[in-house]
Formats: sequence, structure tokens, C-alpha cells
Amino acid sequence: MSALPPSPGAAGPAGTTLALRCRNLHRHLGQGEGRVHVLKGVSFEAERGQVYAIVGPSGCGKSTLLYLLGLLDRPDDGEIEINGRVMSNHDDWARTAARGEHIGFVFQFHFLMLEFTALENVLMPMRKLGRLSPEAMKARAASLLEAVGLGEKTHRLATQLSGGEQQRVAIARALANQPTILLADEPTGNLDVKNSNLVFELLTRLAKEQGQAVVLVTHNPEIAQRCDVIRRMRDGVFV
Amino acid sequence: MSPNLRIAYRFLTAKKRAMFMSLSCTVLGVGLFIVTQATTSGFEQFFTKTILGINGAIRIEDKIQDTMRSMAAAGGGDSHFSRRDGVKYIEGVEEPQALMEAVRTFSNVRGVSAVVRGNVQITSAFKTEDAQVFGVRLEDHIRVSDLAEQITSGELEDYRQSPNGALVGRVLADRLQLAVGDSFVVATRGASRRVHVSAIFETGYREVDKTNVYLHLAEVRSLLKRPSGATYLQISLFDPGRAPEDAFRMEQVLRHSVKPWQEREKTWLAVFRALRISTGITVTVFTLIASLAMFNTLAMIVLEKTKDIAILRSMGYERRDITQVFLWQAGIVLAIGAVIGAIFGAAVTWLVGQVPLPINGIFKTDHFIVTWELNHYLAAIATAVVMVMVASLIPARRAARLEPGDIVRGTAQ
Ligand SMILES: Nc1ncnc2c1ncn2[C@@H]1O[C@H](COP(=O)(O)OP(=O)(O)O)[C@@H](O)[C@H]1O
Ligand SMILES: [Mg+2]
Repeated sequence: MSALPPSPGAAGPAGTTLALRCRNLHRHLGQGEGRVHVLKGVSFEAERGQVYAIVGPSGCGKSTLLYLLGLLDRPDDGEIEINGRVMSNHDDWARTAARGEHIGFVFQFHFLMLEFTALENVLMPMRKLGRLSPEAMKARAASLLEAVGLGEKTHRLATQLSGGEQQRVAIARALANQPTILLADEPTGNLDVKNSNLVFELLTRLAKEQGQAVVLVTHNPEIAQRCDVIRRMRDGVFV
Repeated sequence: MSPNLRIAYRFLTAKKRAMFMSLSCTVLGVGLFIVTQATTSGFEQFFTKTILGINGAIRIEDKIQDTMRSMAAAGGGDSHFSRRDGVKYIEGVEEPQALMEAVRTFSNVRGVSAVVRGNVQITSAFKTEDAQVFGVRLEDHIRVSDLAEQITSGELEDYRQSPNGALVGRVLADRLQLAVGDSFVVATRGASRRVHVSAIFETGYREVDKTNVYLHLAEVRSLLKRPSGATYLQISLFDPGRAPEDAFRMEQVLRHSVKPWQEREKTWLAVFRALRISTGITVTVFTLIASLAMFNTLAMIVLEKTKDIAILRSMGYERRDITQVFLWQAGIVLAIGAVIGAIFGAAVTWLVGQVPLPINGIFKTDHFIVTWELNHYLAAIATAVVMVMVASLIPARRAARLEPGDIVRGTAQ
């Protein structure tokens, strides 16, 4: 799939623990009169095994930053490195491969594929990567769902799951390919306290166990407090 | 099953209405294509079979006279002069035996029969009608025509056995109130013969059934006082489609006027061609409308699926995968639609074949004529493949071009 070494979870190239680094990111959104300078020179680093919280008022550019870090969008200026490789200016194919192999993304509005069961949703990234045998994929997907507390509901269609359950499936899916970087956009935003805690504990436990860099955007000060690093953002820059 | 095919299948089955819409377009398109082919070519093929069964594939008549033109041409002379001069013919075939030998050397020739024709009056106990007698050797002539199959009453064997037997066309027999076994008088320019009806034939071509009477060659020679020569040679071919090429070569070699059936029947063939064109236009228009509907449905599916596209892309699915997911959907519709469409087309073709429709004139039938040809089905499916692929390629490519960032931000267009 990609030229990058297929060893997520292990130490990065040349022993560095830096999974993600971006420098001086700029992003404008909108066209003509409505064009807005959303990100105004953002720099950020994330190491394996650490959990980062990005906090800030609504509209300050947190999601925009996360899309850039997740290689779902391109910056107007600046650089993004994934595991030591500059990806911001790569072609679509290389960026797509890096997404599949190194990045797990949890969208703000859980975004499951509704025609598929929980298990099939989790299988989806694994089938594309094709690193495991079909049986191993199924076993891994089932154990991931077990880990997020949905072991009983693996064959439920996504439409038959509650919001909290869907969000947990989305997390299991983001972890499917053992990415080195997990990006989550307000993963607990739509959940009650119990579910919020469940999801957060899940994310942090994985970061510690598997050495993943976890970056989450959150509005919840309690959750932010429990992260290793808190970065505050306002009006397109970290403060 | 490949991941992309799996996704395509699930997308499709989840959207029952869209699937039904595009499936019906394909089924109707394939079915209609088959039915129009089967019904249009049915009559034309039947007409061709009828006229080949009467007059054979090629007719040789009238010797080409060597004139100033050919002499001048042979001498490399003035072409302007030769064109004005034209070709001159001597009526009839002077040496049928020699010509028949030469014709038989052509590999595509199945049979050749020498015919002596003359205008006569036929008198029965009831009344007198104008008619044409054809003097033929039966064994030769049944090889170049369907005469044996055209007998509706009486026996060919009786004709074969009796020198004064006659084969009379159905319409003529009715007009003269002649039945098998009745005798009648054939008369021309003072000469006359009494013969009897051995059998009555019906070709379905009214002009023929109204005027033709077949007699033994010797009988006609003596009646018309024509001891040698023939009016024309009738030839049947293994592959009638090649008649124009064979006729051209025969004309070069035999120095006689040689006419293939396509030239003889060009008026009717032009009518059938016009018919084909008009149904062709109908089918083309319908096919275009169907593929437009197909395009519309697929474009709608893409619009409804932009979120899923963003998800798939975020998980490492490439642009190529997205294209494939939507092409697979079209492919599934196409595969199912082609099968059901072919069955549907066959069913409607069968039903149309049951429609009563008496036609008599250029051929005879009492029901709608349809043809069963694998080619129609293959052509229909090939057309559907092209149309569906064209209709789906644009939405599929569009889906692949969407940027995941734009989709999740809600600004994808
Ligand atoms: N398509 C767009 N055109 C113009 N401005 C946009 C567009 N999309 C988002 N924005 C603006 O970009 C800013 C940052 O958005 P976002 O990253 O979603 O904020 P956050 O996630 O921090 O709430 C907001 O002020 C929003 O209004
Ligand atoms: Mg946001």
C-alpha cells in the first residue's frame, strides 16, 4: 500500500516518538467576499503514548485543524509530518494510503455507514488495507467492539444503534488498522456523562497500551483536565 | 467478494427505489431493443425467403451483344464515346446447356434451372384468363425454388409422372374454378394444348399465384414453337447474401445480363430498410431516454452518498475505489437488467408472434412474424453495456473527485 514501514504502534523511524508534527499551518475557507482566514499559523506536535486536548471557543478553527492533520484537507501554507514524512504536499494517492495506515479519524457526528452492521463498519478500513486474513480481520473487529463495550451488538445495523453506541463503533473503526495517530473531533460532544467517560477512558487506555498519539478536540473541561497536554486555541492560533 | 463490490451491493440494495428505477430502465431498454429487432427483421426475412423461393437468388437473361462500345473499350478507345453508347442485349439465353455448365462451376451455386416462359390464355370449363406458362425441368427447378413446399393440394409426383400435368397458382385456379385432376386448355398464337391440374401451389406472392402455370419443358417448347434456348436461367445459392458479388462475376465471365435478387427486389427492400430506420430511430430515442434516466438515478445516488464517500476516503479508500463502488452498482444493475431484459424481450417477442395478422400479397401469413436470433440479444446487451457505462462513468468520476475535507465541512459541490 505505502512505502512507509508497516509497524504502527511500535517506535517510529530512528527511535523518535514524534508521531505528528505541523508547522505554521494556514488555511482560508470560503470564496470571494466570504473568504475567511481560519488558521493563522498553527504549529503543533504530538508524541506517541500521549493524549492531547485541543480546546477553544466554537468557530476558532479546531475542526479545520483536525481535518488538516488527518490529511482530509490541504493547508494553504505550512507543513504536516506524519511519522517523520512530510505529507502536506504529497499527491492524493500517498495521502490516502497514509490515512488508511497511520491515521484513525473520529468525526464529530459519528459518521457510520448506515447500510452496514457495527462489525462491517469496523471491518471497512481493514478490508482496504488488506493486511490481515479475513478471519483475523473479523476476530480483530469483534475484539475491538468488545473493547468499546459493544460485544453484544456486533451484528446490529448502524441505524439500530444509539448515538453513544454509534460513537463507540466509530472509535473502534478508527482503531481498526492500529494507526499511530488517533484524531477525534469532539468524540464525547453528543454523549452523556457516563458514555463520555467510557469513551475517554477507552481512548487514553489505548494511547498508553499501544503507544498511540491521541489528539482530541473537546468542550468538556473535565475531560480536558485529564489529558496529558492541553492546547488552547483562539481565533485560529494557539494561545 | 472485493470490498468495493460488497459496498456497491449494499448501497444498491439499501436504495430499493433507485435500484428499481435503474433496473426498469435497463430491462425496458434491452427488452424493447430485442422486440423491435425481432419484429422488424421478421417480415423482411420472410419476404426474402418467399421471393428466393419463387425466383431464386440470381437470374441470368439476355446475352450481352459485343458492340462498338466493347470493341472501342478493348482497343483502349474513347471512354466518352463508350458511355454514351451503352450496352446492347440480345433477348434470352441462346445456349442454356453450356451456360448452366459454366454456372455450376461457381462454388456458391446450389442449383440452376433453365426456364422457357410465354404469355398464354387459359380456358377452363368456367372461363378464360391470361396467364404465363413456365416450362421447367422439375428436378432442376425444385433445386432453385421452394416449389415442392408450395404445393397446397395435389401431388408433385402426379406432375412428375404425367407429361401433360400442370402446376397452377392458387389464385388462378380459384378464378378458373380448377381443382386437382381438372383439365384445361393452354393456348397461344394459334397453338393449344389440353393439360390437367396435377397440383395447385401457393407462394403467397399474389402476382405469382395469379398468373403462373408450370408445365414440362418439352410441352412448353412445342407450344411456343421454341425448340432451343431459354428465357432465363434461375439460380439458387448456398449463401444468398453473396448474390451481388456472384452476379457481378458471372456477368463478367458469361457475357449475359445477370441480376441478383437484391437488385430485382430493390423497391421492397427499400421499404423494409425505411421500416428498419424508423424503428431504429424509435429504439435509439428510447435508449437515450433510458440512459438519461439511468444517469439521473446514479447521479442522485452519488449525491446521497457523499458522506459515505468522505468516510471511505478518510479510511484509506482511494479515488479509484470510489469510482469502482459506483461502477459496480451500475454493473450489478446491468447484469440483472440484461438477464431480465432478455427474458422480457423473448416473452414479448413470443406474445407478438401470437398476434393474428393476415397478410397476403408479397407473402402470406396469418400472424405477426417474429425472428429468433441470438444476435439480437447480443446486440441489445452490448448496447446496454455501452449506455450504462457511459451513464454511470460521469457520476462515478464525479464521486471520486470529491474532496473529503469539503464533504465533512459541507461545502462539497
Ligand atoms: N466553507 C466555509 N466558508 C467560510 N468560512 C467557513 C467555512 N467553513 C467554516 N468556516 C469558518 O471557519 C471557522 C472555523 O470553523 P471550525 O474549524 O469548524 O471551528 P470549530 O471546530 O473550532 O468550532 C468558523 O468561524 C467557521 O465559520
Ligand atoms: Mg468543530
